[in-house]
Amino acid sequence: MRQRGPGPAPAPAPADPVRAASVRAIADQLSTLRGPLLPVLHEVVVTHGCVTDDDVLVVAEVLNLSRADVHGVVTFYSDLRRTPPPAHRVALCRGEACQSRGAEGLFAAAADRWSGSAGVEVDEVFCLGLCAVGPSGTVDGALHAALSPERLDALTDRWGR
Amino acid sequence: MTTVWVPCDAAAVALGADAVAEAIAAAGVSVRRNGSRGMLWLEPLVEVETERGRVGYANLTEAEVGPLLDGALDDTDRCIGVVDEHEWLTRQHRVSFARVGLAEPTDLAAYREQGGLVGLQRALSLRPEEVVAEVTASGLRGRGGAGFPAGIKWETVRTATADVKFVCCNADEGDSGTFADRMLIEGDPFTLVEGMAIAALAVGATEGYVYLRSEYPHAVRTLRRAIDIAYAHGVLGESVLGSGRRFDLDVRVGAGAYICGEETSMLESLEGKRGEVRAKPPIPALEGLFGRPTVVNNVLTLAAVPMVLADGGEAYAALGVGRSRGTQVFQLAGNVARGGIVETDFGITLGELVDDFGGGTASGRPVKAVQVGGPLGAYLPPEQLGLPMDYEAFADAGAMVGHGGVVVWDDTMDASVMARFAMEFCAKESCGKCTPCRIGSTRGVEVIDRICSATDDGVRRTQLVLLDDLCTTMTKGSLCAMGGLTPMPVRSALEHFPEDFGLAPGEGREADGGIPQSATATTEGARP
Repeated sequence: MRQRGPGPAPAPAPADPVRAASVRAIADQLSTLRGPLLPVLHEVVVTHGCVTDDDVLVVAEVLNLSRADVHGVVTFYSDLRRTPPPAHRVALCRGEACQSRGAEGLFAAAADRWSGSAGVEVDEVFCLGLCAVGPSGTVDGALHAALSPERLDALTDRWGR
Repeated sequence: MTTVWVPCDAAAVALGADAVAEAIAAAGVSVRRNGSRGMLWLEPLVEVETERGRVGYANLTEAEVGPLLDGALDDTDRCIGVVDEHEWLTRQHRVSFARVGLAEPTDLAAYREQGGLVGLQRALSLRPEEVVAEVTASGLRGRGGAGFPAGIKWETVRTATADVKFVCCNADEGDSGTFADRMLIEGDPFTLVEGMAIAALAVGATEGYVYLRSEYPHAVRTLRRAIDIAYAHGVLGESVLGSGRRFDLDVRVGAGAYICGEETSMLESLEGKRGEVRAKPPIPALEGLFGRPTVVNNVLTLAAVPMVLADGGEAYAALGVGRSRGTQVFQLAGNVARGGIVETDFGITLGELVDDFGGGTASGRPVKAVQVGGPLGAYLPPEQLGLPMDYEAFADAGAMVGHGGVVVWDDTMDASVMARFAMEFCAKESCGKCTPCRIGSTRGVEVIDRICSATDDGVRRTQLVLLDDLCTTMTKGSLCAMGGLTPMPVRSALEHFPEDFGLAPGEGREADGGIPQSATATTEGARP
């Protein structure tokens, strides 16, 4: 018989047991779906704002996947963020159709205005399906079309840096 | 009391439709929410029921609700008359979009009244091979971009044997300039549900999935509600319309990866994996989702199916030109004065779309280029606006109809910036599985930068050869259409707008001897 190695070290106890229990409940509840991993991870992001390394361990255990499988999926998809969400988020479309209506200038202005801000994140997104009425984007999740730097400023006026 | 219709389509909502609807309801008037008519430059387009029909008021704001209800807008140019008689709509031939914008999207009774479920009823009265034969006879081709005949795909799945088969709808509409999938799902979701049920009956599938992108939260909500209602009324579930045949349908939401619009990558994602492209063969029709035979079709392909079954394949085949049968839902987008949904028979020219329907650019400046078929489609100059919208005619011109998205640019566009962006986008969104796409796109950005910044003619020519080689490698060596087609916008930009790259006219064109031949360069265009 070939001697087997010691096997992987047992996973360390999660830093936040309450969160771990919640993630476990989410994974348990959705585990009967076909291909449950993405729905589970989406739900973790909806509930907890992001997917941490501890969450990865719990999800992998419940779904009987390797840590590497889950980690690989989390890092592939941009929606599955790994850091806590900011207080406010602007996501602006940089697709061709919005570019033809001035999206690049809008993005540069927004990135410039909020650069270095701890509470506000300015992200790019590729197409929100509002291609005839661009430039478009989301402000704290709400869709806006026909944006201009002035209109975006008005929408984000009350945000502190 | 009269009823006022306010669109709930995401484009209308993004322009303030929700606030308008709330203000009208607050005034004590009955408000109903319809899908969008597709005249997006008029959104929010509010419709008031009158004896003449539904009269439209364009670009309504919350502040104008009072004047609207007082009739103060009736004699202004904001009132566009009876919407059904609007010239922009009467010149179209709406088949897939016939019901979009008329009723509340999840009103199943209205759907039945407007001819819904007739196709599914007929499919239930036919044997599976007869259903497939109708679709084959219709000449329906995949609307996702590749244009593969739907009937042939379905027949492959039908004749395959397996314990379970699937129908998957690709609603990962990530291409900029395309929004027809979103508008159909938000405006008439039962058409998609019915089309998928017909597909399932035809091929013997019992489970279906709609892979819908996360950037479309309104569409996700509407489709989920429609599916719940369809279950409650026996359209889905263990006995489809009482036939005793089972079909279950579920929505799965994407997670922000453009590549998941590629069918094999979408299947990987549905299985809960990284969205990495699979090598073909095996084709998904034989080894698709979880290795089982799977129909993968685009939203508009499946949405055309109820009509094909209701009226017969021959009726559908009577529309269109050449091998492009039926209608295509074109999406006018970008810098265009009148953007939105134009559904017509194949064969309409690009110029008719851009000028007659679109009314030229929104900025009022001259049209410089039109990109057809999404980010991987060619940039065409105004001289090519005479091209008929037809899969083969476009392929012959080194372009593609794709999903029918048409993005208009005015003369402030810099083609070298857009060529660079095509490579940059590919580098950002490549799944990384194959080398030509993963590495080639990054090298492409660098080479284009060197061409544009070159001060020496010799350096520029060397880099042009490199870029051409790179494009050929990506076209021929990539695993999927993303790497394979990224050279299309790059080469077309170079060919039609060489001056933007600091080249003399004709220098960007290989055929004129502008680009010196290299060991690997070929004179073939990009593959269709």
